[in-house]
Amino acid sequence: MATAGPSLALAAAVLLAAHAAAARDLRDLYFGEALYYAYQERYFDALERLDTEIAQHYGVDEPKLDSLQFHIGRAEFSVGDFELDYRMHQRAGRAIRAVLEANVEDPVRNEAAFRLARILFQKEQPRDALQALARIHGEIPEAIRDDLEFLRANVYLALGQPGDAVPVLQGLQGSKSLQGFAQYNLGIALLQQGKTAEAVAQLGRAGEVSGDDAPLLAIRDKSNLVLGTLFFEDSAFGSAQSTLDRVRLQGPFSNQALLRAGWADASAQRFERALVPWSLLAERDPTDAAVQEALLALPYAYSKQGVHGRAALLYGRAVEAYAHELEKIDASLRSIREGEFLKDLVREEIRQDKDWVIRLRSLEGAPETFYLASLMASHDFQTALQNYLDLEDLRKRLVSWQRSLEAFEELVSLRRHYYEPLLPQVDAEFRKLDAQMRLRLEQREHLDRRLQHLLVDPRPELLATSDEQQASARIGALESALEGRSDEEAAALRARTGRLKGLLRWDLETHYHERLTQAHRHLAELNQQIDALNQRYQSFVRTRQAATHSYVGYEEPIRRLRAHVVAAQERLGVLMEAQGRVLESVANEELKLRRERLEAYQNQARFAFADSYDRAAKAQAQAQ
Amino acid sequence: MCVGRASRTHAWNETPPVSYPPISHPALRAALALVLLLAVGDCARPARAESKAESKAKMQSLDEQVQDIKSDVLGIATQLDRLEERLLYPSNTEVAVFVSVAEGETFRLDSVQIQIDGEAVARHIYSFKELEALQKGGVQRLYTGNIQTGDHRLDVHVAGKSGASDVNASQTFGFRKEAGPKLVGITLAGGGSSIELGGW
Repeated sequence: MATAGPSLALAAAVLLAAHAAAARDLRDLYFGEALYYAYQERYFDALERLDTEIAQHYGVDEPKLDSLQFHIGRAEFSVGDFELDYRMHQRAGRAIRAVLEANVEDPVRNEAAFRLARILFQKEQPRDALQALARIHGEIPEAIRDDLEFLRANVYLALGQPGDAVPVLQGLQGSKSLQGFAQYNLGIALLQQGKTAEAVAQLGRAGEVSGDDAPLLAIRDKSNLVLGTLFFEDSAFGSAQSTLDRVRLQGPFSNQALLRAGWADASAQRFERALVPWSLLAERDPTDAAVQEALLALPYAYSKQGVHGRAALLYGRAVEAYAHELEKIDASLRSIREGEFLKDLVREEIRQDKDWVIRLRSLEGAPETFYLASLMASHDFQTALQNYLDLEDLRKRLVSWQRSLEAFEELVSLRRHYYEPLLPQVDAEFRKLDAQMRLRLEQREHLDRRLQHLLVDPRPELLATSDEQQASARIGALESALEGRSDEEAAALRARTGRLKGLLRWDLETHYHERLTQAHRHLAELNQQIDALNQRYQSFVRTRQAATHSYVGYEEPIRRLRAHVVAAQERLGVLMEAQGRVLESVANEELKLRRERLEAYQNQARFAFADSYDRAAKAQAQAQ
Repeated sequence: MCVGRASRTHAWNETPPVSYPPISHPALRAALALVLLLAVGDCARPARAESKAESKAKMQSLDEQVQDIKSDVLGIATQLDRLEERLLYPSNTEVAVFVSVAEGETFRLDSVQIQIDGEAVARHIYSFKELEALQKGGVQRLYTGNIQTGDHRLDVHVAGKSGASDVNASQTFGFRKEAGPKLVGITLAGGGSSIELGGW
């Protein structure tokens, strides 16, 4: 989780509500986008999206009004999940510990403790995982109850405490989501406890669980394989054989099962029956260790039946096959020394395929990858390989970002060259328009104030038309001219101006309310115009600001980012080299072991070939 | 040999396996003495065990460094995202179109094409993984671009397959761009034949 500590308390507080929200109640599209990447196992992209979104959420003035608020708890936990999936245990662990230390409700704390325990278990720290589980008390979210108990049982098993694991696993036998797994692990716990008879019965149940999804079928096969092996070691060869027969011919445990089924028959001296599984196995991919053993076991069965000629032939074939495999291993070792191995691992066309590890076997001109599938059985190799692939992915991203930064710089420069000569002229014109606009706005304010005043202090003359104002001015002028005169003509004129004045006043008084209403209507119309003008004004201001913002203030962030990218590239280069060396070294070690084993097989096959040849020749001589 | 299981996947073989005694027939054991010696070599030779522990510590240290650099690169990605958004999609002109699939829909979505104001701006052809991510509730950002404030027209065309029949659906929507960023959500339902505009 990328967000600061205080946010965790808030996140935790809303966790329950958020968990209740299904994916379809999505209110934040960017959170949905992060899920879209995560569902495709593109965890870097998912984290990038969600980190950005959460940072923005806590950066807004009122996070409670932000659309992510509805999902914030789930988003915070999703970050932790994605970090785990992206193998960033440290960051995920830190974030979860922060939740544990916050003042949160039981279900939230318990879920966090469960996640922490799972991380610690994955990191092979079962004792710490148990301590994390010990922090769980009170209400536990239903969604994690079975998984939590299953984890607890696995931790006990990893600590060598099968007696503690057994009752926990017994309580999970009805769990639908753990069907097969709970049964199998209970069998193993009983076995570790020394209760072999109970373990056998339990593994028998695990080997018969119903269902048809791939993991369930695989666990069923594994149960039957282990059970068959137990029977075999107890010399119950018949039971071993029938149990091993239940392992599917196409599953991941098929080769091992065929090999052991053959040994079960051979141990019961039924060599003719051992030929069936071993013949089948001997035709499979010769890079598989079980197949390599079958190449030797098959002629052994023929020789035990006294068919020495056929045995000699097959021993000869085995010698050839081992020689061929040794050549492949030598080519692999040579290619690793020459650095080709790492190049092939990151070939894009191979990684596009979900079965890429299998495809590597048949990659043309890349003998170093023939044994990759068998190397994948090593946990160390898997971790090193995954890290190497992640680093390669980061390397490509950094290269691409460096190009993006160059493009951004060019874009900023182009914008600067375009806008800088234009903007001073635009600004000058804008200032003139702005001054005119402000004047008009002041006039409008003045009119508004005057109309408001008229409501409490009516002054009809203020609503006079321009004709009326002119007439009033002329009457006023006539009255001034008549001042000081006392003749009859003046008196008659005064009477006339008085009538005209009265007439004017009559009109003003009688039309006052109508005119006031009309003035208000006109002002309202003016307000509409003013609003439209304001909108255009604001739009212009935004566009003007955007023009500046489109090229100002980017140099420093781009420079800083470029420095970060370069520094990361340097560190990445060193790390990739170190990780690559580890990968090569693990591959080298594993291949050398395979080589030594193959040499031992080859020697055995040579001796057996000579022996069978002699026996066949002797038998032929006796027959003649 | 016990198996662990992650909460979301049946990744039971992720747990470090407890090794089970290897099986070989007694007749082969003598001949394969060398092999077995190598197989148990880790216990038989302390020097080798020590180097194994060193190698483990080295791998752990490398793993931690890998985690550190992932964290750093994620930080750069976040900063770059913000810079890109500021530089290329300023909020007063930004528009983003998102695509989601309604709950329970199982039709095969082949492609989505969108036009804004009559101009084709995005077309996407879906991979199986992408379709699955949409069906699980993920939301795809199909397009991010810039438009002026005001009223606009969005044309959406969807192609796919529902059962045995082809799906070809088109729909036109109007939307208004205000001063802030505009997010447009399209939800596909009714076996792909119904295209709805979300209210984001």
